Amino acid sequence: MTVLDQPTGVIGTRRLRREDPALLTGEARYTNDLVIPGALHLAVVRSPYAHARIRSVDVSGALALPGVVAAYAGADLADLWAAPMPCAWPVTDDMKNPAHYPVAIDKVCYVGDAVAVVLATSDTAARDALDAVSVDYEALPAVVDLEDALSDRVIIHDELGTNRSYTWDLKVGEDDVAAAFASAAYTVSERYVQQRLIPMAMEPRAVAAVPQPFGGDVTLYSSTQVPHILKVMAALTLGIPEHQMRVVAPSVGGGFGSKLNVYAEELLCVALSRKHAVPVRWVEERTENTQATIHGRGQIQHIELAADATGRLTAVRVRLLADMGAYLQLVTPGIPLLGAFLYAGVYDIPAAYDFSCTAVFTTMTPTDAYRGAGRPEATYAIERAMDALAQTMGVDPLELRKRNFIKAEQFPYTAFSGLTYDSGDHLAAAELAARHVDYDALRARQRAQNVPGATKRLGVGISSYFEMCGLAPSRVLASLNYSAGGWEAATVRVLPTNKIQVVTGASPHGQGHETSWSMIVADRLGVSPDDVDVLHSDTAISPLGLDTYGSRSLVVGGVAITMACDKVIDKAKKIAAHQLECSEDDLEFAQGTFTVSGSPDRAMPLAAVAFEAFTAHNLPDGLEPNLEAHVTYDPPNFSWPFGTHMCVVEVDTETGRVDLVQYVAVDDCGNQINPLIVEGQVHGGVVQGIAQALFEEAVYDADGNLRTSTLAEYLVPSAADVPSIITDHTITPSPTNPLGVKGVGEAGTIGSTPAVMNAIVDALADLGVRNVPMPASPLNVWSALQSARSTSGGSQ
Amino acid sequence: VIPAAFDYKRASSAAEAIALVSEYGEDAKFLAGGHSLLPLMKLRLAQPSVLVDIGRVADLSYIRDGGDHIAIGALTRHMDVETSPILAEHSPLLAHAAGHVGDPQVRHRGTIGGSIAHADPASDLPATTLALGATYVVQGPGGTREIAAADFYRGFLESALEPDEMLTEIRVPKMTGAGWSFQKFNRRAQDWAIVGVAAWRANGSSGVALVNMGSTPILASSVSSALASGASLAEAAELAVAEAEPQADLNASVEYRTHLAKVLVRRALEEASAS
Repeated sequence: MTVLDQPTGVIGTRRLRREDPALLTGEARYTNDLVIPGALHLAVVRSPYAHARIRSVDVSGALALPGVVAAYAGADLADLWAAPMPCAWPVTDDMKNPAHYPVAIDKVCYVGDAVAVVLATSDTAARDALDAVSVDYEALPAVVDLEDALSDRVIIHDELGTNRSYTWDLKVGEDDVAAAFASAAYTVSERYVQQRLIPMAMEPRAVAAVPQPFGGDVTLYSSTQVPHILKVMAALTLGIPEHQMRVVAPSVGGGFGSKLNVYAEELLCVALSRKHAVPVRWVEERTENTQATIHGRGQIQHIELAADATGRLTAVRVRLLADMGAYLQLVTPGIPLLGAFLYAGVYDIPAAYDFSCTAVFTTMTPTDAYRGAGRPEATYAIERAMDALAQTMGVDPLELRKRNFIKAEQFPYTAFSGLTYDSGDHLAAAELAARHVDYDALRARQRAQNVPGATKRLGVGISSYFEMCGLAPSRVLASLNYSAGGWEAATVRVLPTNKIQVVTGASPHGQGHETSWSMIVADRLGVSPDDVDVLHSDTAISPLGLDTYGSRSLVVGGVAITMACDKVIDKAKKIAAHQLECSEDDLEFAQGTFTVSGSPDRAMPLAAVAFEAFTAHNLPDGLEPNLEAHVTYDPPNFSWPFGTHMCVVEVDTETGRVDLVQYVAVDDCGNQINPLIVEGQVHGGVVQGIAQALFEEAVYDADGNLRTSTLAEYLVPSAADVPSIITDHTITPSPTNPLGVKGVGEAGTIGSTPAVMNAIVDALADLGVRNVPMPASPLNVWSALQSARSTSGGSQ
Repeated sequence: VIPAAFDYKRASSAAEAIALVSEYGEDAKFLAGGHSLLPLMKLRLAQPSVLVDIGRVADLSYIRDGGDHIAIGALTRHMDVETSPILAEHSPLLAHAAGHVGDPQVRHRGTIGGSIAHADPASDLPATTLALGATYVVQGPGGTREIAAADFYRGFLESALEPDEMLTEIRVPKMTGAGWSFQKFNRRAQDWAIVGVAAWRANGSSGVALVNMGSTPILASSVSSALASGASLAEAAELAVAEAEPQADLNASVEYRTHLAKVLVRRALEEASAS
């Protein structure tokens, strides 16, 4: 395969995003902006209990209020569901999956679980009616601790008989693992907690279902990342023939994985719109968003490393306890597995790996994919453990990493997990990051500053990561028991006037696909990006697609577009050869024009070919009219972006405050289509990772109440709270796709969290601190210092 | 996000506002900038049946030199307090503290009177005006009266204001040339303080007040007394919580909050003494 060595033409330029004028001026139309005459408004009565039996539901008070059209308890709706809510990733054959319906019938299992719904003629009437629904609960004990859940002290789903959903192992050379630990010169054994995070898209979820008056067709508008998956799943769950379901995702204001799902409210709006034969709409309040939209992370990690006398890693052992929450949502069980392949990080480790993940139910909001989805957790564990090993050995953490990096000449590198990393150069990325922070001088400054008694201590954190994205080769997904494929579809259509229409199965919600796809097509076909229209996110327009998540859109969907362009060129070449009366082999295509080799005066622009294809007056025998190609592309491998992030912090030991002094992100996503968009992804990802390190946590009390249900308590950082981020890159083109590109949507989130936490622990290491729980709030940092002081018995 | 139903009345003068509130009784609330009240209403934690909007009472937005004090109209926006040249000269502590309220959008809508009347112990300006020994002027159906800041705060979100009284003016004594410090400790720039300290020192006297260290803003009189008796700054700071009743929340345990108050009072005194 020919891979671009470097960007050419339009590709690689910092083109402004065509999406932004509408978004920035508020003109973009989100689901809740749609004007739908006659729509009823849905509101959902939610459980204030984490765990309770529903004794009775009385909706009569709501029905008596003006504007209320209907009110239903879960039992009233039971015959609307053809199947329970879908979980598409049964990771093991014996995985336990409780039946989960859009509205609870007998029992609620988390605060926010739906118990009844109201339909009213206005959103205010629907909201007022919620307070008039009376539910009699029998409270049961909450389960908010993962180890407590595992003990089965309180069983949440009686029919399962246990809170354990599954145990999934990946064991390579088990005997070698034992031997490596037995003979290791150094070992570390660390426990890390990945706190629950709440995805916080600027646009909360919103849904509108519009039934056709006759024939049974229904259109579902939803603020979703996955209109195609939603169409299939809604059809199956509601028993609606798939061809009668159309799903449209209008402008979508962010998702971060939380809108990679099939939600109760989507199914409720469709079912109730058919039942009442009127449109039904719903929009989420922020407090509902924190309780009834999936959460991310939620793991307890035990990681052990064995190393020889030089610090070379010889084995890795990982035990995970993963919090599923109350139910399994669309891909809940698979998230920890996505990390299973990354606990070796960027290091050259012998085939000695022992991974086991046990998943448990708790009485908290279900978890699922959140930006990075399993890979940030894995990267955190290995990168924090590498620092622990460096601390144990008394070597510099950058030096320890250099001793273990997979070397550039070892790629493609088949890891012990069986996956092949296509390309990489970790040393180059790490050295570039080190130059940005002036690493040696920084260490000297740190030694000078962190003297005994100093209360402002400098810390340096490093995180080198491999990211496994571009989901995914369908056969690999099959081996992981995932219920769908990982391909993407694209259509490229040259219109009679040489304007281009692109149809993509990717479903952008902030990424800038319209801009990037137009640049790819412009580059390939020799037209202006302004002449390329990109259609998406409507299953009536793009019937085939697998949507946007897992940093897949460019490396799967963008590559599909490239290949469709090439198919268009192949067909156009047949027409041009016919018109120019030459052999196809004699034609060259460049800058949008076919030219006969050696005869520059014999040429035909694509515009002329397009018109010939449209009139079909003079085409080669047997050739179909029109210039259009469709490609469905199944990638041969995951995408493997990588990089090194470095973070410098100053920690105030009197107050526990952490100040971010400097942040450097060196990321390698191969060739960059639009560096402006790449930097935007890195900035957002890094801040989201910093948020996990310093700010965000879904806090539940012992009774299962979410104490961070508004943005006053759930601390999403703003631009005022983070430093200016230095971004740089190396470019190692992927050899597995013709664009040489790799995914970049999640890399920033994956690289950043351990860089920040390593820096904090580095600042406090000589005070006896070995770990600080996330988020490293002033309270948590101060408490870690207090306990280090009390155990060491010394003074700072 | 949808508040319970309420009636809306707009007053064009303080007298009209007071008359309206008197008419509707205890279920009526004044609406100024709305940045304390409206969030509570959207969460349905507050459900007043009538809002009396005083936002257009133009003659309550001013900052004037009153001789020995500066008089600030209750409807003066935080941004105007922050950028006032008169306050920069005579009460830089207040101007500086106003610049730490919320974020720029909040500071362009929220008012000093609204913040003080709401009496939130976690807000910056109640404690700051308390430290400064401010006097609040309030107007009721029977006329106006003055209340010393030290007598104003009665409990959590409770003040000496009668239901039909409206705060109209804040008077802060001139402190031209005094040393001062405002220490706001929070996790994000836009947040309420976990602990805040407003402090000034001049001519042997001082004022120190604490943000979010009890159910009301706290005047740390023991610190000032200790300084007056010749204690060192560090010794005085150890008395930071003598008047406080620190509570635990997501951001701080009682122990940590107590510790933080002492550290921040010490830093505030150091800064106020240096300037």
